Amino acid sequence: MNDRTDLFRLRTTANGLAGGGAVIDASTLERDLVLEADVVIVGTGAGGGIAAETLSEAGLRVILVEEGPLRTARDFHMDEAEAYPDLYQDSAARKTKDKAINILQGRCVGGGTTVNWTSSFRTPPATLAHWARALRLDGFAVEDMAPWFERVEARLSVTPWDIPPNANNEALARGAAAIGITAGTIRRNVKGCANLGYCGMGCPIEAKQSMEVTTIPAALARGATLVTRARALAFAQEGDRVTALTCAAMDGAGVRPTARRITLRAGTFVAAAGAIGTPGLLLRSHAPDPHAILGKRTFLHPVVVSAALMPDEVAGYYGAPQTVYSDHFLDTMPVDGPIGFKLEAPPLHPVLAAITLPNHGAAHAGWMRHLPKMQVLLALLRDGFHPASPGGTVTLAGDGTPVLDYPLTPYLWEGARRAFRVMAEVQFAAGATQVMPIHGDGIAYRDWRTARAAIDGFTLAPLVTPVVSAHVMGGCPLGADPRHAVVDTAGRHHHLANLYVLDGSLFPTSIGANPQLSIYAVAVRLASGLAAKLARGHGTAPAS
Amino acid sequence: MTTRRTFLIVGLAGGATLAAAYWLRATRERGPVTGATAPLAALDPAAPAIIAAIVPVLLDGALPAEAAARQAAVTETVAGVARTVSGLPPAAQKELAELFSLLGLPPTRVALAGVTTPWAEAGSAAVAAFLERWRTSGWMLLRSAYDALHQLILAAWYGNPRSWPSIGYPGPPRIGQ
Repeated sequence: MNDRTDLFRLRTTANGLAGGGAVIDASTLERDLVLEADVVIVGTGAGGGIAAETLSEAGLRVILVEEGPLRTARDFHMDEAEAYPDLYQDSAARKTKDKAINILQGRCVGGGTTVNWTSSFRTPPATLAHWARALRLDGFAVEDMAPWFERVEARLSVTPWDIPPNANNEALARGAAAIGITAGTIRRNVKGCANLGYCGMGCPIEAKQSMEVTTIPAALARGATLVTRARALAFAQEGDRVTALTCAAMDGAGVRPTARRITLRAGTFVAAAGAIGTPGLLLRSHAPDPHAILGKRTFLHPVVVSAALMPDEVAGYYGAPQTVYSDHFLDTMPVDGPIGFKLEAPPLHPVLAAITLPNHGAAHAGWMRHLPKMQVLLALLRDGFHPASPGGTVTLAGDGTPVLDYPLTPYLWEGARRAFRVMAEVQFAAGATQVMPIHGDGIAYRDWRTARAAIDGFTLAPLVTPVVSAHVMGGCPLGADPRHAVVDTAGRHHHLANLYVLDGSLFPTSIGANPQLSIYAVAVRLASGLAAKLARGHGTAPAS
Repeated sequence: MTTRRTFLIVGLAGGATLAAAYWLRATRERGPVTGATAPLAALDPAAPAIIAAIVPVLLDGALPAEAAARQAAVTETVAGVARTVSGLPPAAQKELAELFSLLGLPPTRVALAGVTTPWAEAGSAAVAAFLERWRTSGWMLLRSAYDALHQLILAAWYGNPRSWPSIGYPGPPRIGQ
């Protein structure tokens, strides 16, 4: 087969994506395809996007594989009914195995970066200190990571947000001040942001510096190839090396694989399919896992939610969705003690609000009618630091798709209860007339004392207390010791010499902050190391 | 309330009864299948009628009061659920097909949902009792099934601009050219 001819025939110009590289929508393939490059990258999110730019800048020929569609600003209409099915994994309804946790995860070019709320935090020092002390991970101290953070912050315009927060976020600042806990302003990866508030549906004005407007066009301009609507099935291996990646073309809706197969050959392979997708791909590939650690210790920052009604309009659907945070209950708690939590606020669009509010009928409708005055807080639990918080396990379902089994344990529920108390206290302190912890029947309380007593009596349980997550981390931890780490500290698989992992699955615990910036920084560092190594011509050596 | 009897019935339903349910698909209740509800009917012939019966109860207090507008809202919400279902991964569609098989087959409809008539004839009180029973069930599987109906139907209605005036959502801002 003449691969070059196929590639040429299929060469298209992507909607709005500048660059000279090829974009292939695999759902339109009429026959199987074989492509070859220096590096094949699976996934186009925070890890894959950064890796693609870094490696193509070094002169390497890169192929990017993405299961979702290519969408750009002109496709983003600030419409939940359109965006969630199109841009999110499982139409924004991905669940853990027992269905008790709903996971928001991107599935489109740019991955989570296309749909996230732009919150940009460096990895907290307490997290890095724990990795060094308890997990003996060398070389990832604050000062080791600082230059890499500076680099990606400059690249992606991570800057302080000087515009006043919307009223939903301002209530967190006001309430925190009133009860004497610290709160701060979140930095954001935006340039020319119009403060619209629809980051979660794709930025319609290319202000968010997500991968599909930054690194991926840059990689395409350097000749990279992007294959969309292609599901990475498995790595073929010979000895300790990966020789090829087999992908299935998806149908036009992205629901079912078609009969078309795409074979990608390269000297080096990068898995960056996210912390459910990457372990899933390695499991399907039967990658060596002698210590049975692959897919274990997967973390979610499990989130519990508290809704409130304010006397005045909040309009939480408008304005930058997430701009204020409080780390008081992280910073004042030892990382390996009772679980700490970060306080933040979400955007309040009708669908997101409706599926979050518990119960149905008149009770639910009554709260929805107050949407303009609704104020909502989130508490993100810092999982993975305590022995009682081992996270979840990614396994394969019968059809080969990955599924995360994440048990909600008493350790987590204890933190959830404290979080419900704190959120209600903050909301009443900010002037709320009613607070409804998102739990059980969805009963609202009119004062802090009554709410606290009720929360103390809650029977917290899966699918009684809704739990959500937007941050999937871990499952392929990095580390020097193959007994505890899937990849080494360069990101290279301990047992497959030319396979790298460059995404959020690298983290040995949760981050304790929205993880996008941590993924960018570790990916640019490890991808730079890989680029240097390949440039030295050592790319095909089994080890060095 | 989930009794031990219910648990046993569901346990059985998970195996042999489900097989029977599939086998009996052709004999069961069918609602009118339009192009818009086809993805639901593909899961189970009874699914469009089941969703159409649940929507007015789950969205009680949210739908327009005027009869024609209300009927249009129900129809559009059922179509919205069908659209969402068609975009879900095959494994999730299969689970929903199993759910609708259980709800559609008269013996399990009566035993698990407590609905003694075909869905198209079920009164709102019976549907409300079913939703409450599953929402507060001691068995996680039934709570997760409630959660799926909750999420599918609420997303279909509140993703529809027709719902926005009643909740004071002005819609997305216009972006200047």
